[in-house]
Amino acid sequence: MESRGLKWRWGLLDVIVVVFALIPVLWIMSLSFKTTNTLTDGNFIPREWTLENYKTIFQTDQFVRALINSIGIALISTIIAVTLGTMAAYAIARLDFPGKGLLVGVSLLIAMFPQVSLVSPLFDIERRLGLFDTWPGLILPYITFALPLTIYTLSAFFKQIPWDLEKAAKMDGATQGQAFRKVIAPLAAPGVFTTAILAFIFCWNDFLFAISLTSTERSRTVPVALSFFTGDSQFEDPTGSISAAAVVITIPIILFVLFFQRRIVSGLTSGAVKG
Amino acid sequence: MSAPTTAAAKHRAEDKPLTKAEKARLSEGKRAERRLGWLLCAPAALVMLAVAGYPILYSVWLSLQRYDLKFPDEREFVGLSNYATVLGNQYWWTAFGVTMLITVVTVVIELILGMGLALIMHRTLVGRGIVRTSALIPYGIVTVVAAFSWRYAWTPGTGYLANLFSDSAPLTERASSLAIIMLAEIWKTTPFMALLLMAGLALVPEDLLKAASMDGATAWQRFTKVMLPVMKPAILVALLFRSLDAFRVFDNIYVLTAGANETSSVSMLAYNNLIKGLNLGIGSTMSVLIFLTVAIIAFIFVKLFGTAAPGSNEEGKR
Repeated sequence: MESRGLKWRWGLLDVIVVVFALIPVLWIMSLSFKTTNTLTDGNFIPREWTLENYKTIFQTDQFVRALINSIGIALISTIIAVTLGTMAAYAIARLDFPGKGLLVGVSLLIAMFPQVSLVSPLFDIERRLGLFDTWPGLILPYITFALPLTIYTLSAFFKQIPWDLEKAAKMDGATQGQAFRKVIAPLAAPGVFTTAILAFIFCWNDFLFAISLTSTERSRTVPVALSFFTGDSQFEDPTGSISAAAVVITIPIILFVLFFQRRIVSGLTSGAVKG
Repeated sequence: MSAPTTAAAKHRAEDKPLTKAEKARLSEGKRAERRLGWLLCAPAALVMLAVAGYPILYSVWLSLQRYDLKFPDEREFVGLSNYATVLGNQYWWTAFGVTMLITVVTVVIELILGMGLALIMHRTLVGRGIVRTSALIPYGIVTVVAAFSWRYAWTPGTGYLANLFSDSAPLTERASSLAIIMLAEIWKTTPFMALLLMAGLALVPEDLLKAASMDGATAWQRFTKVMLPVMKPAILVALLFRSLDAFRVFDNIYVLTAGANETSSVSMLAYNNLIKGLNLGIGSTMSVLIFLTVAIIAFIFVKLFGTAAPGSNEEGKR
C-alpha cells in the first residue's frame, strides 16, 4: 500500500522536474512556429502554425554562415582538444613521471578560470597576430578550455580500464605505444566519445569568446549571430527568426542528450568528482 | 603527489629480487616511461601555457599601462593608477555587488534544488531515464538560447509570463531584472549541480542508511546525520565549481538586459570597457581583479571548508 503511494509521490516529483526542465525549450519552439500575426499573442501553444521563420533564416547568409562557422569551429576544437587531452589523460592515469601533479593542478586552475580575464589579453594578442576574427582565433581558446574537461573526464575513465591487459600485451612483446593503440584505445573509445560530446557542447555553447574575438560574419558563431539579429536589419521582426535559429542550434544538443544520456551523466560525474 | 612512491612500491613488490641486469633494465624502462609521459602531456601543456598562461601575464602587464585603442599614441606605463581608477569607480562596485548577489543567491538556491533533484534522480522508481534526460537538457542547451526564451517569456505582449505580477515590463526594472537573471541561471545550472551531487549520493552506503532506519532514524535524520556527512566532499566540490562559474555570469545578462538598469556583472563591465570602449588598460585591470577575486573565492573554499580539490587526491588511488 505504502509503496504505491510512494510511487505516486515520486511520479509527481518526476513530472515537476520534467516540466521545469522543458518549459523554456518548448516555449522557444512554440515561438518559432508562430506566424507573424500571432507572435505577440502571448499564447504558449501557437494558434496558427507556420514554417516561415525557418525558411527565412535559411535564406539569409547571416545565419547559414554562422551555422557553418559554429559547426566547423566546434568540431575542429573538439577533435584537437580530445586528441591532446586523450594523450595527456593516458599519461596521467597510467604513467609515472615528475610534473604530473603540476599538470593536473594547472588544468584544474584553467577549468575554474574566469574566462573574461583572458579576453582582454587575447583580444590584443590576436589582433597583432592577425588571428582576430578568424577560425583559429576561436579554436585556440576553445581547445584550451576544453582540455581540462577532457583531461579530467578521461583520466578518471582510463583509471577504470584494467591495467593488466596492457601489461599482458607488453609481455607478449608489444611496445608501450602498441599496447596503447591496440589494447587501451579500443577499450577507451566509449569514454573518448563521451568526452568529445561534452567538449563539443562546451564549444557550441560559448558566447563570451565568440562575441569578443570576432567582428564579422567570417567567424561569428550562431550564439553571437543570434544576439545580432535585430529588427532594423533584413528581418522585420527578429523574434520569430531568433526563435527558429535558437531551435536549430538546440537540435544537436537534444539529440546528444537523447542518445547518450547515460554516458553523459557518468562522464560528467566521474570527471568532476572522482577526478 | 604520492603517485611515484606508490607506483614504485608496487613495482618493487612485484619484481622483488632484482639482479643487476634487471635493475638496469628497470631504470631504463622508468626513463622511457618518463619520456613518454612528458611527450604525451607536452602538447596539452603547451597549448594551455600559450593560450592561458602567457595571456594572463600579458594581462597583468597591460593593466599597468594607459592603453586605449582609440588613442594608441598615448600608450604609457602608469603603474597602479588603473587599479585606483577601477577601484574608485562606482560602476565597478555596483557590478561587483550584482555579481556577488547573483553568485550567492543562485548557488544557495541551486544547492537546495540540486539536492532535491539529485535525490529524485537517485531514488525515483518510475521514469528515471526521462527525468535524467530532461535534467540534462538545461545543461546542454546554449545559454544564449535559454536566455532568449526567458526574455521573450517576460516580454509584454509576447510572453506567457509577462503579466504574471504586474502590467509593467519586468525586464525594465532593476529588481525584477535581477530576479529573472537569477531564475535563468538557476534553471540552466541546477541540473549540473544535481549531477555532481548525485555522484556524491552514490557514495552513501545503502547498509548505513538501512542500519540508521532500523535504529529508528527519521528520513530527515538519515539525510542530515548519514547522507550529508558522507557527501560533504562532493557538496563542497559542487559548491566551489558552481560559485566560480556563477561569478563569471555573462551570457544571460547580455541577452536579458544588456546590463541596463545597473544589472551588469563584472564580466559584462570588463567586456564593455574592452570591446565597446576599446580600453585595453582598464579592461585588463578588471580582468586581473576578477581573476584575483576568483582566486580568493577558491582559496577560501579550499582553506576554510577543506574542499578536497578534484585532482588533489587523484594520485595514490589508481
